[in-house]
Amino acid sequence: MKARAFDYRRVASVAEALDAYAACAGEARYLAGGQSLLPALNLRLDAPDLLIDIGRIEALRGIAIEGESLRIGALTRHAETLASPLIAAHAPILTQAAAYMAHPAIRNLGTMGGSLSLADPASELPACMRALGATLEITGSNGIRTVPADDFFQDLYETALVPGEMLTAVHVPLAASGSRMHFTEIARRRGDYAMVGLAANLVLAEGIVTSARLGFCSVGPTPMRAPATEAALTGRPLDGDAITAARAALGDDLSPDDDDSLSAAARMHLARVLLGRVLAALGEGGAEAVAA
Amino acid sequence: MSSPQPLSLTVNGTPVRHFVEPRLSLADFLRGDLGLTGTHLGCETGACGACIVNLDGQPVHACLMLAVQADGLRVDTIEGLSEAGTLADLQAAFHARNALQCGFCTPGILVVAHDCLGAWAASGTVPSREVIRDALSGNYCRCTGYEAIVDAIESVAKARAGRFDPQPGGEAAI
Repeated sequence: MKARAFDYRRVASVAEALDAYAACAGEARYLAGGQSLLPALNLRLDAPDLLIDIGRIEALRGIAIEGESLRIGALTRHAETLASPLIAAHAPILTQAAAYMAHPAIRNLGTMGGSLSLADPASELPACMRALGATLEITGSNGIRTVPADDFFQDLYETALVPGEMLTAVHVPLAASGSRMHFTEIARRRGDYAMVGLAANLVLAEGIVTSARLGFCSVGPTPMRAPATEAALTGRPLDGDAITAARAALGDDLSPDDDDSLSAAARMHLARVLLGRVLAALGEGGAEAVAA
Repeated sequence: MSSPQPLSLTVNGTPVRHFVEPRLSLADFLRGDLGLTGTHLGCETGACGACIVNLDGQPVHACLMLAVQADGLRVDTIEGLSEAGTLADLQAAFHARNALQCGFCTPGILVVAHDCLGAWAASGTVPSREVIRDALSGNYCRCTGYEAIVDAIESVAKARAGRFDPQPGGEAAI
């Protein structure tokens, strides 16, 4: 037995989970797939007094089109994200990204809501949500509020969630006409955390880029947008000159730190390499099917 | 509550009822409470894959799950899969091709390989070596260098598709 002793309660509804959290005198944690929480408990990096198991709340499941967006329930497993035809049709970078997430057995339990709530800047889904312009649905004791992905990720492992609140779903805008999306990453080994990863979401009209949203992972304390690079791409054809300009502009957007695994210069170099690869793939129409 | 909780699940086809502490992992429950020590514990952080079992038919890390989370569900360990005979051809191919030395990683790898082959059998095609390697990306083997493991799994994939004999030299028989 590795984890410190804790109380455990399985709940059947979000309201019951929120009540259990509010009633806990000590530290409580919501337990979804547990694929990051359990290692933290086993290593005693975290030692809560109460685990509230939300893993069987039916209302947190399901992937469906609601109006102009795709609603993805927080308990959607990564394996379900990978296999969902709706996600492949309307948010193909999530399908692409899911294939890079950890290993198959982890993907069978790990969840969309858990990954986003943890907000590891090296993980794929947070970067995708920024690139997609997704809205995160948060439920708390005062009801439901929504937060744009750009405002949700605030610092290293810090999000807009306040204690007791739960991420209950994400709403991804349906891909616009002319959308081209691509996700890929560079990692030392399959399933390892990316040295750098990029989710790109461009819209083209008559050959001209009218919108560009880029979400990088593993290059800063949060998933990073790249506003100067996005501006360099917008209003022109997606050709070799545009890619050269974008790669130059990336230096204005990213300033990764040195760390034990990679120097800042090497990481920046890899980010430029990846940007070039992704834009070249998008210039050829994108590697994945996109919505009409 | 941190006092023992009732737990009811099906392990290798047999209904099991126990009282467990909430912090007890599924892996420790299988090994310590049920004596099913074929589920091995290496890293206990989801990196090595030695503890992988099937939960409702899907591979999961038994070290990254609390026993209480498996309440009401079906768990199949290497012991159950072996006794059912569903892995017999994989086990024979691992033996024939020296796809194990110390054997510590083998239970987890067999569970993952069985799942991979099942998914591909449904598609009616044989997985490539790259696909097999990807499926095994969450399993560490520190003895074999993986080549023999991929050889064994590939040979069974082809044999199940009715094309090759899974024993060494079988390819030449074509």
